[in-house]
Amino acid sequence: MILLVPEHVAGKLRPSARELVAAARTLSALGECQALLLGPGASAAAVELAAFGVTAHHCEDAGYEPFKADVWTSAVAAAATQIGAKAVIVPATRGGLSYGPRVAVRLNAGLLEDVIEVETDGTTVGAKRFSYLSRVTESVRSAGLPVVISVKVNVLAPAEPSGTPGSVSAIVLPIDPATQRIEIVSQSKASTGGVALDEATIVVTGGRGVGSPEGFTRLVEPLAGCLNAAVGATRAVVDAGWRPYSDQVGQTGKSVAPNVYVALAVSGAVQHLSGMNRSKVIVAINKDKDAPIFKVADYGIVGDVNEVVPELLKVLGKQ
Amino acid sequence: MKICTVLKQVPDAEASIRTAGDRVDLTGVTFVMDGMDEYGVEEAIRLREAGHQAEIFTLALGPKRFEEAIRTSLALGSDRAIHIETTDVLDVVTQARVLAAAVRQEGADLVLVGGKQADWDSSAFGPALAEALGWPHLDWTTRLAITGTAVEATHDTDAGTETVRFSLPAVITTQQGLNEPRYPTLPNIMKAKRKELRKAVPADYQAPAPLTQVGGEVIQVKARLNKLFTGEAVETAAQLVGALRDEAKVI
Repeated sequence: MILLVPEHVAGKLRPSARELVAAARTLSALGECQALLLGPGASAAAVELAAFGVTAHHCEDAGYEPFKADVWTSAVAAAATQIGAKAVIVPATRGGLSYGPRVAVRLNAGLLEDVIEVETDGTTVGAKRFSYLSRVTESVRSAGLPVVISVKVNVLAPAEPSGTPGSVSAIVLPIDPATQRIEIVSQSKASTGGVALDEATIVVTGGRGVGSPEGFTRLVEPLAGCLNAAVGATRAVVDAGWRPYSDQVGQTGKSVAPNVYVALAVSGAVQHLSGMNRSKVIVAINKDKDAPIFKVADYGIVGDVNEVVPELLKVLGKQ
Repeated sequence: MKICTVLKQVPDAEASIRTAGDRVDLTGVTFVMDGMDEYGVEEAIRLREAGHQAEIFTLALGPKRFEEAIRTSLALGSDRAIHIETTDVLDVVTQARVLAAAVRQEGADLVLVGGKQADWDSSAFGPALAEALGWPHLDWTTRLAITGTAVEATHDTDAGTETVRFSLPAVITTQQGLNEPRYPTLPNIMKAKRKELRKAVPADYQAPAPLTQVGGEVIQVKARLNKLFTGEAVETAAQLVGALRDEAKVI
């Protein structure tokens, strides 16, 4: 048995859900695939997921939203035990990376973290993942079962719906008061313009060379808007307070692998490269022709972003 | 209060990585304390400087070379250290069990550790350690305020940021933004040589059998086209859009 824990936003599955199904299908030797959907909207998300041939359990309890690692750990570990899961598959989002290790410890399971590939021989699970600031791909294998797997978002080809929909049912997972150890005082949303950084097909990142927060409003945001892209930032930019830390791409920020990564006035420090060097196509615009970013770029423009980006907006606007 | 700071020694980010056979070969590489762990050491020192009666100890699990990073933490202000020395690469769940046993034995109210390891690109250790201790954890922390055993902290989430309250004991994973780590001074580096650095081995803490093992490592950096457009903005912009649309077919 395999347990998937896809994320949804108010009942709508996040794109990573289909990537989890794809991972589960490659592990079909471990048994049937079941899913757990938590929080308000879970039943609608369960119906959506069942179209992929997955048996979907939902628990609408409002206590699962907003996310709390302790609360999710208990629910996921309990569900995994209930169904006898040999593999628990979660998305490698901040949430999944936070409760996934806890579930692994609780189940005494091997943890395969942030994986880009997964396979099984029926008694162990092998995976590939990045290491050494994304410069190395390592192969890792569990000694046995069960395993907890977090799947890197936006890498696996999303699964297509299957012919026979799975069943949908409610599951009761009461929230243990002992898990209410962390009280949320306030939350603030990042300014990625609705497109989640790690799920975006295109990311437009601004570096210090953008010049100011106004540079982001004038250059980075319009280009991102035009390409339906998420906005990213470098460490120097978030350190300067121009953008929130949650926008940061790099070793200390988010690791992304979109179809297109556009780096505007980004010099390309190795810590930044580690967060984006697995992107499919990399575009760099920088006035310094020797900027290290050009070494990892597929396409580059040697030029001032203040001049080039307005021209790009004109060309793209005409399309 | 007892504060435990857990650290790793990792290749310098600027160091080039190569492989020998099917493994990363670290011969001749410059090592440093993991930058993410530095924020934890710094925060421990700042808590004490802010008036908390705190003993700070360093805990590290790794090969002999880790001593250098451990000594750096002592020079920065940690009072003593325990180095659980091993050349084995232990999986994160096993590491968490070993270090949880050490934390329990030493006693601690707060464990600070870097949010993501620069060698294994892993952010699992903090949460795994907290679970092994039966404590809560907060990851990606950018602000920390402690009054008695009450903690108020801010951290990053996927959607943005979140401010939370909880009670010690807890594990907190640290990152950029939390503070600006200081450098050790020469007199403190000398003094650190006299501080206690106790050696141990994983077996002292009943290390269980590993749950996962690394089977191979390959350097995999995608070959890039490196097509550069130079000239007037109006031309280069058109060339770039053309290349993305007709050649790469991505927009």
